[in-house]
Amino acid sequence: MSAPLDGNAIGGQLNEVFGTEMTAATAVCGNCGATGPAAELAVYLLSPGVVGRCRQCAALLIVLVTVRGITCVDLRGLAALEPGPAGS
Amino acid sequence: MERAAVRGRLTWQLANVVELAAETARTRTIVLEPAEPLGHRAGQHVDVRLTADDGYQAQRSYSIASAPDDEHLVLTVERLDDGEVSPYLVDDLRVGDALELRGPIGGYFVWDESLGGPLLLVAGGSGVVPLRAMLRHHRAVESRIPLRLLYSVRSLDEVIYRDELTRARPDGELDIRFTLTREQPDGWDGYARRIDRELLADVAWPVEDRPLVYVCGPTGFVETAADILVSLGHDAGRIRTERFGPT
Amino acid sequence: MSPISRGFHRRRGPDADPARVPPGQYVTGDFPVLSAGPTPHTSLDMWTFSIVGAVDESKSWSWNELQSLPQETVTVDIHCVTKWSKLDTTWAGVSVDALLDGVDTSAEYALAFSDGGYTTNLPLEDLQGGKAWVVSSYDGEPLDPEHGGPARLLVPHLYFWKSAKWVRGLELREDDEPGFWEGYGYHNYGDPWKEQRYAGD
Repeated sequence: MSAPLDGNAIGGQLNEVFGTEMTAATAVCGNCGATGPAAELAVYLLSPGVVGRCRQCAALLIVLVTVRGITCVDLRGLAALEPGPAGS
Repeated sequence: MERAAVRGRLTWQLANVVELAAETARTRTIVLEPAEPLGHRAGQHVDVRLTADDGYQAQRSYSIASAPDDEHLVLTVERLDDGEVSPYLVDDLRVGDALELRGPIGGYFVWDESLGGPLLLVAGGSGVVPLRAMLRHHRAVESRIPLRLLYSVRSLDEVIYRDELTRARPDGELDIRFTLTREQPDGWDGYARRIDRELLADVAWPVEDRPLVYVCGPTGFVETAADILVSLGHDAGRIRTERFGPT
Repeated sequence: MSPISRGFHRRRGPDADPARVPPGQYVTGDFPVLSAGPTPHTSLDMWTFSIVGAVDESKSWSWNELQSLPQETVTVDIHCVTKWSKLDTTWAGVSVDALLDGVDTSAEYALAFSDGGYTTNLPLEDLQGGKAWVVSSYDGEPLDPEHGGPARLLVPHLYFWKSAKWVRGLELREDDEPGFWEGYGYHNYGDPWKEQRYAGD
């Protein structure tokens, strides 16, 4: 029941925050170095905020909290988040 | 053909419900005409937002069931027992209603010919929806890329798009296999169990063919399928996953 | 302003005395599982609960030691900031007063910390005077890991994000340190009756 979804489930929110499609962006975990598309992050949605974690080591990578229409975005857990390869 | 321009920020828009059709006891297909054409790619989804008269809003994501080449935007929604949005969409929504949505969303769980193949699509329950969009697009562009769909579902009654998927095909390029995990009709000679290593080894393209794999369904199903495929030797980088679940 | 979706309304829960439902909440018969991370699984023989920080001496209890402290059973209403409330929930565990008994401190604040890294902050006085427990049983059964088992904090007079799941201790502090959600803009205190969901409410 607490099994997380993946980054596809927050594709709309990520687009809203970054102004562009982000599920194909490459995310690098700042804790273990695991690299993969943002679509594969372990995403916890049933929560007071959106939490994205590394699927390998569970490190906190992305937190999105929307308060009164303003979204706070915490990406400190990511070593990198780069746009995906063209056409992906 | 690539209709989608590079889009800026997603914006909410209204789509008219032009047709409704029951697929199975729990799923319904909703045919929509958005105010602005979406220009989507097969595999993408939309966010749907409902607003009650007291201002309360609920938002959910639904995979697009139609191919980019189809005339209308189509969603297929499964009613979740303790859902808040899905019972409304499956039971209450009427032709003529307007649905607020934004999209298309997603750049990873998408397929078009430029990405190649051979294709292995693995669907668990309502996970077949975005894969059906890929199938329809594959047919619309008369793709010669070999495509195989494995659809895991509890019984024949729960197969979504049953006519479309069981229709005989003149070409040999499409290969659709079912596994009915809970109940099988008399004389069923197909798979009759949850996916396992043996079943996937049977159905998957040989590892050396380097298939492009799309797995969609409930989280547990997706993880089982992906783990097995990797253990069979398939390249994890060529396995794309989309997990469905309550939100 | 979005157009109204004809005929759509929020899920109706069981009827409840409105005096028991804080503003903006609706009552549910379920017990939703909210989580910001994987469910931790600490084996009971490694598990401890500690009181650390602004104290002369830290205190720590093993699982068995905690279980042999006087247990209380309480029935309380709980209110989640995501707007669901659940009435008459029954829990059993040790009151935080019992754990703080004999602890000498000038600390005014506490930061509860949990397996998996979650934290939440509260004024120390909100953990005292019969207002808080470390509970290990819900509805007569051992607390399910998905609901915070083996033990969670229970502080029902505040929004339920303050009732830290998988709690492992309290750090007593002289200064207030925002916990996980508080650091992202959730209210520092979180009184559901004043609808203190977000900072500035």
